[in-house]
Amino acid sequence: MNDRQLHDEIERYLNGEMSRDERSAFDVLRKNDANVERQVSEQRQFVGLLKQYNERRELEQRLNAIHQEIDVHALKEELTIQPSWVVTLWRNHHSKISVAASIAIFAMLATLFFTGYFAGHDSNYTQLRMQLESYKRSNEKLSKSTDALIHDIKSGHKIIDPARFGGTGFAVSTNGYVVTNYHVVKDADSVYVQNAAGENYHARIIYSEPQYDVALLRIDDSTFKSLNPLPYAIERVGSDLGEDVYTLGYPRNNAVYDKGYLSSSTGYKDDSTSYQVSIPVNPGNSGGPLLDNKGNIIGIISGKDSHMDGSSFAVKSEYLVKAIKNMPVDSVNKKPTLNSKNTLASLSRKQQIKKLQNYVYQIKVYSH
Amino acid sequence: MSKFLKGSAPTDSEVILGILNNSEIVLERLYVAYFPMVLQLIINNNGSADDAKDIYQEAIIVLYNKIKSGNFELSSKLKTFIYSVCRRLWLKRLNQMSRFDGDIRDFQDYLPVEDEVDKQTDRDLQFTKMEGALALLGEPCKTIIEDFYMHDKSMQEICERFGYTNADNAKTQKYKCLQRLKKLFFQHN
Repeated sequence: MNDRQLHDEIERYLNGEMSRDERSAFDVLRKNDANVERQVSEQRQFVGLLKQYNERRELEQRLNAIHQEIDVHALKEELTIQPSWVVTLWRNHHSKISVAASIAIFAMLATLFFTGYFAGHDSNYTQLRMQLESYKRSNEKLSKSTDALIHDIKSGHKIIDPARFGGTGFAVSTNGYVVTNYHVVKDADSVYVQNAAGENYHARIIYSEPQYDVALLRIDDSTFKSLNPLPYAIERVGSDLGEDVYTLGYPRNNAVYDKGYLSSSTGYKDDSTSYQVSIPVNPGNSGGPLLDNKGNIIGIISGKDSHMDGSSFAVKSEYLVKAIKNMPVDSVNKKPTLNSKNTLASLSRKQQIKKLQNYVYQIKVYSH
Repeated sequence: MSKFLKGSAPTDSEVILGILNNSEIVLERLYVAYFPMVLQLIINNNGSADDAKDIYQEAIIVLYNKIKSGNFELSSKLKTFIYSVCRRLWLKRLNQMSRFDGDIRDFQDYLPVEDEVDKQTDRDLQFTKMEGALALLGEPCKTIIEDFYMHDKSMQEICERFGYTNADNAKTQKYKCLQRLKKLFFQHN
């Protein structure tokens, strides 16, 4: 039997095409001949594999046909885990957002820088120096410089432009020493003081103690005449809590009176050099005198807490006395003699103010 | 997803009976019922919709063969079985593409199904080889083999189709073709 014939026999055997006798004869052959046995199983496996392969192909075709019916795209949309819109926005636009954020931060820093936020003082502490509108200033300057100019010169009046900054000050001696806050005059090119009668005098900064926010000016104007003796004394020791106090200042062009009480023996952030005073004050009040009931000067109004109502601060008068003591002396600038006689004590508040008015000045600061 | 799941998901015993009886409808309902689950698994783990199709069909074939072989015991839900097979297949695929970042985002519980998957992979290898051998066989051998062994056509039909004068000639031709196919198939081992 050649290979071909054997193959045919095996196929017939496997397909069950043999008669009973042939089949048993072949079984015997299989048993006795290992080669036949091997070929039978090989044929069975190989044909089996072909059949399985066919089944697999058909199954795959069926599955593909089913798959065609499914709207995969819609399903996919539905099933994808969508990141939140913030994440999507960030992914799509992160470069633009970064640039915008950088610009915003830069702009903010620049604004803070130019508004003097980094200049050092505390953010909640508002110094009560008045900034006067520049448009008003340039306007008035213009009108004055036209026709009034010649007239003014002829009549000997000084031409005083509206100042750039304003504050309040008060006399500490009859010979023209005026005290105010350091922060009022710190950037000054020139300083003028204006009394209640509206007369302007040029003043020079003689001495200042920035750490206590105190500055001493001296009126060096030829038209200035010595004052009458000061009606108030300067308190050399601390005052007590609850003391009724009042102030006179120039938050606007006319003197404004305000009253309150001493609410704490320390100032902003526990600063022991100042008092906390419950008194309504405004920009322009800086440098104004703080007086007690009897008319003794107990401090200099210096600022307020922008986050707390009615919470203002005043430099203690001790530091004013100290500053005057520390002032260097030369031939021109004799030390001011401090007045210790108080003539206001017996007067009513109205009368006190009337007297006081003549010694409180509006400080006008000119700078670029 | 809901429109496929609602009411149309066949019960597990329905599926087993249906596949044993070659029910086209049950196969379709099975396929449609669990595809969204697998699509979700694949596309949320670095895969595409086409990957999902491949993986899912492989898993269905695993299940189909397991049921057909008669030794399928329903030890878990079919859904879990399919999910586990797909998960395993996808892990393998990810590893092959070295796209695997060590963590798969799961949506279901899963079973250890390494055995089934590996068995399937071995069989797939054989089929791929067979496909290659058949492709190399050339005509008319390929068609003769397919008709006789795969489509169960009789020698008589084959005779008529290829115009052989008698069945014996056709048989000789078929014998030669089969020998060549075997040679091609085993050559690649």
